[in-house]
Amino acid sequence: MYKRPFIALMYHYKMQLAISMLLCIMLVVFILASPDTFLSWSIYESFLSTIPFFAIPAIGMTLVVVCGEMDMCFPSTIAMSGFVFSWLWTATGNSALSIIGALVAGTAIGWTNGLIVVKIGVPSIIATIGTQFFWRGLIMILCSGLAIDLSGIQDSPLHHVFAGRLAGHISSQALWAIGIAVMVGFLLNRHVYGDALRFTGDNTETALKMGVPVGLVRISAFSLMGFFCAISGIIACIEMGSWWPTQGEGYLLLVFASVFIGGTSVFGGEGSVYGTCVGAIIIGIVEAGIISAGLSGFWTRTVYGIIIVVSASLYVVMAKSGRR
Amino acid sequence: MSFILRLNHISKSFGAVLALKDVSLDLGDNEILGLLGDNGAGKSTLVKIISGIFPPDSGSMCVNGETIDFRRYSGARSRRFGIETVHQDHALAEKQPLWRNVFVGRHLKNGLGFIHAAEEKRETLKLLHNVIGLPAEGLDPDLPASVLSGGERQGLAIGRAMYFQSHLIILDEPTTALSLHETEKVLGFIKKIKEAGKACIFISHNIAQVFAVADRCVVMDRGEIVADESKNEMTLESLTKLLISFNRRQEILHV
Repeated sequence: MYKRPFIALMYHYKMQLAISMLLCIMLVVFILASPDTFLSWSIYESFLSTIPFFAIPAIGMTLVVVCGEMDMCFPSTIAMSGFVFSWLWTATGNSALSIIGALVAGTAIGWTNGLIVVKIGVPSIIATIGTQFFWRGLIMILCSGLAIDLSGIQDSPLHHVFAGRLAGHISSQALWAIGIAVMVGFLLNRHVYGDALRFTGDNTETALKMGVPVGLVRISAFSLMGFFCAISGIIACIEMGSWWPTQGEGYLLLVFASVFIGGTSVFGGEGSVYGTCVGAIIIGIVEAGIISAGLSGFWTRTVYGIIIVVSASLYVVMAKSGRR
Repeated sequence: MSFILRLNHISKSFGAVLALKDVSLDLGDNEILGLLGDNGAGKSTLVKIISGIFPPDSGSMCVNGETIDFRRYSGARSRRFGIETVHQDHALAEKQPLWRNVFVGRHLKNGLGFIHAAEEKRETLKLLHNVIGLPAEGLDPDLPASVLSGGERQGLAIGRAMYFQSHLIILDEPTTALSLHETEKVLGFIKKIKEAGKACIFISHNIAQVFAVADRCVVMDRGEIVADESKNEMTLESLTKLLISFNRRQEILHV
């Protein structure tokens, strides 16, 4: 129990401090290794357009992990919502309908995952690996393995809203990601729903005894995850001007890495949206940093692996020392 | 004296096993009742009926003068009637800050469901100071519940129940896994329930602990109330003899 408020504050935000320092150190190393690349604005501009695609699902995943669950299905959720969006847009040309359709599809997939986990009782990691294969397979059947061309969408107002460039440099998707992060941050830290997520993940028995509707909370976490995946899928389609059947597949590693680097507890009950966002930035700049330092692209995964294991170990050690 | 709880001819069986046999019990609104008995005597079955975990097969129950309709009674409803059960293991979530543990499920919030965190932290500090007796200076409501000792955790759960105006607090074996020092603390918290003008049912195996704080002791044996004596009618010796005599009777019957 600390008496000096400054030290108490530092102690309280130690996870956030640790991750911010890690990001700073990485930036300094990359700038020293390749000053031409990392001292020019253009690399940061491209980070702003690519990182949000997996940062938005990572924010949703933070909620799922806090309530003690896992969602391995989300790459297929992104692809399926993207498919619904593209299909509706090419068939009707109606932007609002396409967006609503995609959001409903994503939320419904998440909701189904939640039902399987909560009502039937299948452990979430197994259930969602199953549904990931199912939805990916269904997508392939529906599109016959072919991409959907969305040419023309980059001239529509949709593009300005979801994938435009503010002042010619800052991507709309980055602004969406920041907005979502702030909202979810408030939800997790200052709303009764966030509180219910924390207690459900920490100690389900206690949560139940104190009147938290545990089943409903878990199902809604999966549904919210589906909703955020749909947003990511829609933005990806609009930014690229096409939908492709393997959409979302590369994000599995990136999303989990962002969440766990960010200090969200592997055991549930605790999580930080700020941490997840900084984690996503770290993961997003690693590849560029490695390539521009002149190393082969094969190093990227190795470095991802090291960062994940080291940060997860660090947090476990910190959590142990913080408990008496 | 008015009654917080009146049980009339409650019976409950599980399959062929008769767990409660025609149990009737009245509890005053500021009475600390010690509920004693061996394993399988029916103590927990009785408490579970009171706190709405399951209904009895027959009999009736009044809480605060209101007759309970068991078809619409549940754990959540029992809390609305002012009955709160404190379990030793599941009282708190360890990683959560103290203030979240006090207010979980009952947050002070605005119309949109956002929590008034600053106010909850202030109230938590008061509660930690007044009920558990921790020094107010340097205490941080943001610390996780795991910083509290076993006895203090029971204290926080008891203080929480009192803060939310529970009329009847049921303690289910609150001292089983605690050291002597921690047990003393919990007995102190039970005295605070008395001072606050609330009622309490204290379930225990330990006669000495019950005798130290209870106004009245009820002994159960194989689903029946076999003794019901107020504190001035008994001594620790007479209570011990009584319990031993029932255990003997049980042994003789088993042979």
